[in-house]
Amino acid sequence: MPPVLLLCATLVATMSIVPIIYLTLRTISLGPRLAEVIPQLNVAGILFKTVALTAAVTLSAVLIGTTLGWLTAQTDLPGRRVWRVATCLPLVLPSYVSAYALIVVLGPRGLLQHALGPVGIERLPSIYGFPGAWLALTLFTYPFVMLSVRAGLRGLDPSLIDASRSLGRSPRQVFCEVILPQLRPSIRAGALLSALYTLSDFGAVSLMQFNAFTRAIYIHYTASLDTPTASLLALMLVGLTLVILVLEFRAEGSARYYRSGAGSKRPAPRVPLGLWRWPSFAFCGLVTLVGIGLPILAILVWLWHGLQAGEPLAPHRTALWHSVIASTAGAVCTACAAMPVVWLSVRYAGKRTRFLERAAYVGHALPGIVIALSLVFIGARFLLPLYQTLAMLVAAYMIRFLPLAIGTMRSSLLQVNPRLEEAARNLGRSPREVFRTIVLPLARPGILAGSALIFLSCMKELPATLLLGPTGFHTLATRIWSATEEAFFARAAIPALMLVGVSAISLWILLANEEKGISA
Amino acid sequence: MSAYAIRCQNLAKSYDGEPAVCGVDIEVEPGQFMALLGPSGCGKTTMLRLIAGLDRPDRGTVEISGDLVSGPDRQVPPEKRHVGMVFQEYALFPHLSLAANVAYGLSRNGDRRERVNAALEMVGLAHLGHRMPHELSGGQQQRVALARALAPNPHVILLDEPFSNLDASLRERLREEVRTILRQAGVTVIFVTHDQEEALSLADHVAVMMEGEILQSGTPRHVYLHPADHLVATFLGEANYLPAVGTGLVAECEIGSLQAMQPLDGKGEVMFRPEDLIVSPTLDGPCKVVDMTYFGHDQLLTIELPSGHHLRGRLLGSRDDFKVGQPVDIHVDTPVNVFPTRFGCPDLSEPKS
Repeated sequence: MPPVLLLCATLVATMSIVPIIYLTLRTISLGPRLAEVIPQLNVAGILFKTVALTAAVTLSAVLIGTTLGWLTAQTDLPGRRVWRVATCLPLVLPSYVSAYALIVVLGPRGLLQHALGPVGIERLPSIYGFPGAWLALTLFTYPFVMLSVRAGLRGLDPSLIDASRSLGRSPRQVFCEVILPQLRPSIRAGALLSALYTLSDFGAVSLMQFNAFTRAIYIHYTASLDTPTASLLALMLVGLTLVILVLEFRAEGSARYYRSGAGSKRPAPRVPLGLWRWPSFAFCGLVTLVGIGLPILAILVWLWHGLQAGEPLAPHRTALWHSVIASTAGAVCTACAAMPVVWLSVRYAGKRTRFLERAAYVGHALPGIVIALSLVFIGARFLLPLYQTLAMLVAAYMIRFLPLAIGTMRSSLLQVNPRLEEAARNLGRSPREVFRTIVLPLARPGILAGSALIFLSCMKELPATLLLGPTGFHTLATRIWSATEEAFFARAAIPALMLVGVSAISLWILLANEEKGISA
Repeated sequence: MSAYAIRCQNLAKSYDGEPAVCGVDIEVEPGQFMALLGPSGCGKTTMLRLIAGLDRPDRGTVEISGDLVSGPDRQVPPEKRHVGMVFQEYALFPHLSLAANVAYGLSRNGDRRERVNAALEMVGLAHLGHRMPHELSGGQQQRVALARALAPNPHVILLDEPFSNLDASLRERLREEVRTILRQAGVTVIFVTHDQEEALSLADHVAVMMEGEILQSGTPRHVYLHPADHLVATFLGEANYLPAVGTGLVAECEIGSLQAMQPLDGKGEVMFRPEDLIVSPTLDGPCKVVDMTYFGHDQLLTIELPSGHHLRGRLLGSRDDFKVGQPVDIHVDTPVNVFPTRFGCPDLSEPKS
């Protein structure tokens, strides 16, 4: 194993795990003070709210996602092909953008109230709090379940359906007795993904003023500079996430087991919906409308309002510029940091390299706000010259998105046949030259796609950017957040539209790569 | 000063505790064309990787042109060994044109382009230099891989199952071509194969390898005609065995008293090739044809002896139409190999039930 590579990979892995370890040690060391803090803190309330939101979002995401997945994959739903794409589209709205859009549509002084005014309805039930957070997150996470269910249906052997029909079961019985049980692993995988996302979400929860862990951490951190409380809450959130991750890990194992018998190539017969054709059509339409149509419409309306009112464009240019700088730095650094870890694990597979790779994956399990908070503590205490500089923000991006980088690069490097490198060595080139002239050119498409994905993810990242960005450093994401919080809706429209474009591109890259077998 | 192009002594290597090569000695003279012949998994590819420096031996030494390149405290990296290697799957760089593939091993000197052209010319592909590897047929890719390995003028060329990815007709043609090219280049060659016909027809020296050890090495004629033991004999071609009792150079067995190539005293067995068996139809006799396969230029008979032993006979150009059940006369005129009786081997000499 080349010692330089091993050193680099060890540094990267250390960087990934040190923040969370520091956060833990620090919280423990606050022991006696915690005893004073806890009674003042409504831990039970926050925990209850978080769990309730997670459960509600997961349940509704499963219901909507499974229904839509089945409707668009296996029925004679009118316009099936169009719905298949349209129902994925809510994914392009980062949760805080969709929260912003929902507030703009359904909130006080919102578009809906405006439209209903002439009918005499003066007040709508408040969107803030649980309903808003639930709606925004459900709309963002049901596609996870839907995509997983569709994949499950694709792997289902159609002859099972025929067999059970020939054994005298009605289509409804077939669905309940054959299809649904087979889909359980896919549904569970999608559900856990959506639960994980809900737990870690900061944007929607805080814009909807719902006091789940992420928002509570942020409030305690900013409002009172009460760091022991914030770190205690962060640690509890990590614990909750770990519980979900363990569940996910188990579900993943069994999902693979169930899908291993992927069936024949013959497509499954379409189920005729009969009377339910048009209600199903309406359901797809409603979800798509609320999930993507209304938000986009609302953003466009406020964009128009803003332009009418002479909203200045200069701050948006600065924000775009800041976003691009931070995200470029984040993408380049993350890709470079991932490289030694991936290369070691691909070419020198062993206990040590596997450990390094696992360590670099820690960011996957940590909500963004927790990473940000630990880096704030470390920066303020040990790295004062770096604190409040771009370097800290880039470090947070690296920890957060290393797993994404490792995932994409790993598969593209795995596709490079080791015989090619050996042939190059035999032809008189040193290992370094071989890497430069053979491995890099061959893995370039995957590395570029991975870097682009990291760039776009950094653009959308909110909590770390909020906590670690230098003073006066406003990105598109932070501008949407602050403008919505202060109800300057027109000010958020342009950055929101830009970010929707950004997410659309990243979704496209992700899906295109998945087709090629390079999954993130 | 060593006279050998390659010399391996007591070379050993295991992967994850699984021995692949166990104490092998090989000596290859300059310009020699050597075949490493053995069944798959016998360690022959590992031998090539150890010589090329792609793997580090657990013990033993490798010398190339008299220089120690692998030893207890020495491991010269592959790029410093001047060893060309042609991989089983060719390993052409998919992002480089043929010319760039061939140029990859050449230094950036003035005559680089000429040398690339010369190398491609040698394999008859000079007009395709701008093509990409995926635009070539398997045989063409094979020749480019050869040109690429030869271009830097290596001391030694190693070929790993060079013809196994090609279909039968192409294989035969390419074998002759490759042999001609390599002879013209005057380079020392070790090639690895599991195909005994390929080894015997191409090489001027054959080393038979099994389970990480070299069982016998010598000229193709020598290893075929005088195999050291049953394993070698059977691996190199079809063999007939019969129990025998020897006195000096005479071995007494079921089909008569045969002239032995090695002295045998007491019990043992004789081995001869199917083409050594002379078969003629007769009206009545104890030996019968039990199976016949007709190939056109020859036919292969299975003959049952009264004891139940089966013998194979290959008849070249015979026009006799042997039917199953036909009684035959058999004898062997040529001297036969004799081996001491085997212990613990799955017994080929036992009567078939």
